[in-house]
Amino acid sequence: MARVQLTRIAHARSGDKGDTANVGLIALRPEFYAVLSEQVTAQRVKKHFDGICLGDVERFELPNIGALNFLLHESLDGGGTLSLKADAQGKTYSAALLRMEIEVPDELLSKDPLPG
Amino acid sequence: MIRIANGQGFWGDSLEAPLKQIRRGPLDYLTLDYLAEITMSILQKQFARDPRAGYARDFVDMVGRGARDIIDRRIRVVANAGGVNPEGCRGAVGKALARPGIKIAVVAGDNILDRLDDLIARGIQLKNLDTGAPLESVRPRVQSANVYFGGAAIADALATGAQIVITGRTTDTGLVLGPMIHEFKWKPDEWDKLAAGTIAGHTVECGAQCTGGNCQVDWQSIPNFADIGYPIVEADPDGSFVITKHAGTGGRITLASIKEQLLYELGDPHEYITPDCIADFTSIQLRQDGEDRVRFCGIRGRPATDMYKVSISYSAGFKAVGTLMYSWPDAYAKAQASDRILRERLDRLGLRFDAIRTEFGGVNACHGPLAAEPAADISEVILRVGARSQDRSVIERFTKEIAPLALNGPPTVTGFGAGRPKVEEIVAYWPALLPKTEAAPRISVEET
Repeated sequence: MARVQLTRIAHARSGDKGDTANVGLIALRPEFYAVLSEQVTAQRVKKHFDGICLGDVERFELPNIGALNFLLHESLDGGGTLSLKADAQGKTYSAALLRMEIEVPDELLSKDPLPG
Repeated sequence: MIRIANGQGFWGDSLEAPLKQIRRGPLDYLTLDYLAEITMSILQKQFARDPRAGYARDFVDMVGRGARDIIDRRIRVVANAGGVNPEGCRGAVGKALARPGIKIAVVAGDNILDRLDDLIARGIQLKNLDTGAPLESVRPRVQSANVYFGGAAIADALATGAQIVITGRTTDTGLVLGPMIHEFKWKPDEWDKLAAGTIAGHTVECGAQCTGGNCQVDWQSIPNFADIGYPIVEADPDGSFVITKHAGTGGRITLASIKEQLLYELGDPHEYITPDCIADFTSIQLRQDGEDRVRFCGIRGRPATDMYKVSISYSAGFKAVGTLMYSWPDAYAKAQASDRILRERLDRLGLRFDAIRTEFGGVNACHGPLAAEPAADISEVILRVGARSQDRSVIERFTKEIAPLALNGPPTVTGFGAGRPKVEEIVAYWPALLPKTEAAPRISVEET
């Protein structure tokens, strides 16, 4: 097992809907999806975004594209035009999630990550 | 197969992108999305000042510049550029075309601002979808109210034979789905096909954000961002489609770029709700189908709900944001000290805010507590302080306390821009639902 940042095995995109940010997390290779699905739980994401996400975290699975979608409620200082944040739409939360560290079996990391 | 292009991901997107779409390769339809959630309130204010305004002027300019290609190559154009004055937009577009005999259709009926009191009186509360509060609680402060119509209304407008369709508030996805319904004669209960067209619309609605823009995978190697190609849907009657772009343009379309855009602003992937259908993103099957081509198939959908979504905007107070930039040495310590000094001065003035927020650009503005402590010799830090209040005078006073720090606080400070920060009125978004029986698209067609 190797402890690596999510950025080694996944990519992401985030956006907003009111005061809720969504972060889509995508496995860089199909075989990484199981690792994401097992370790990147709603609870872990909530803890990761401690101090940023003040509400609940919901998680949805899209195994067809090797992806998870997280909804981070109460994460944008009111959201939209109300927000005083520089990143009022949570556009950089995708990268923020990729800072998370997870355990990945060594054999999965032996190949260079490739898109999708 | 028909080719439907997106040439505008939001109002403010590239002015050249739509022209590139009509000039750099084959095309049947050009779609353009001009409306963000609060754009309507800006347009409503412009309309109140000048009854000839209230629509996306950029669209008229685009039609003027592209008129020859659009007319000669019979490209049909669908744009939600009408704002709160789609008829006014039609008049201006007709002039910009400068050619007789071109049919322009308008989809109106979405503007329900004048009907709000009647709806509320009849027990339709237009509760806020996020908070559950009834609209009555902010009714005096409402600035605009528009129903989101879908692809079906656009298909009806195309059926009039119009070459250009101008709408008020419609879903972004409907701009792309509409041409498919029209061309392929999809029926209102062919849910899988309607869902496919909806997902095609979602994929291209943010322009180049599916063709390499913002793509995290290997971004340094994405070719020719300067001439990035905007997306084109090659749609087939069975609901399968390919996302591609014109040959020779920059950017890159891969499974990675497409998957990222699929997840953008997504809620529950099982139910992506539009006026036309409920689309299931977990049914999408993707395949790389050659260079810069991704094929979609297998998409499933379910029956639409009996409600329209309504976009309401209301005045929600005032805010201002000020910035100051501090250089090495001790850049972060200076910015932090400056923030403390500012807060103390605001306290002494007795100013109370609904919210006040400090961020340090270069340190933690994006990732907050997830960001590491900055290096001790960090070269520069931007102090960014924002405040919000219902009381305009409180925010006015706040803006006057930023600039003095250029002279009467910690040293090596710059970057205060053009003086005092601007006080902005906050126009907030109020999402609600309206029974479909309460609104209907109104379609009219005129010839230039």
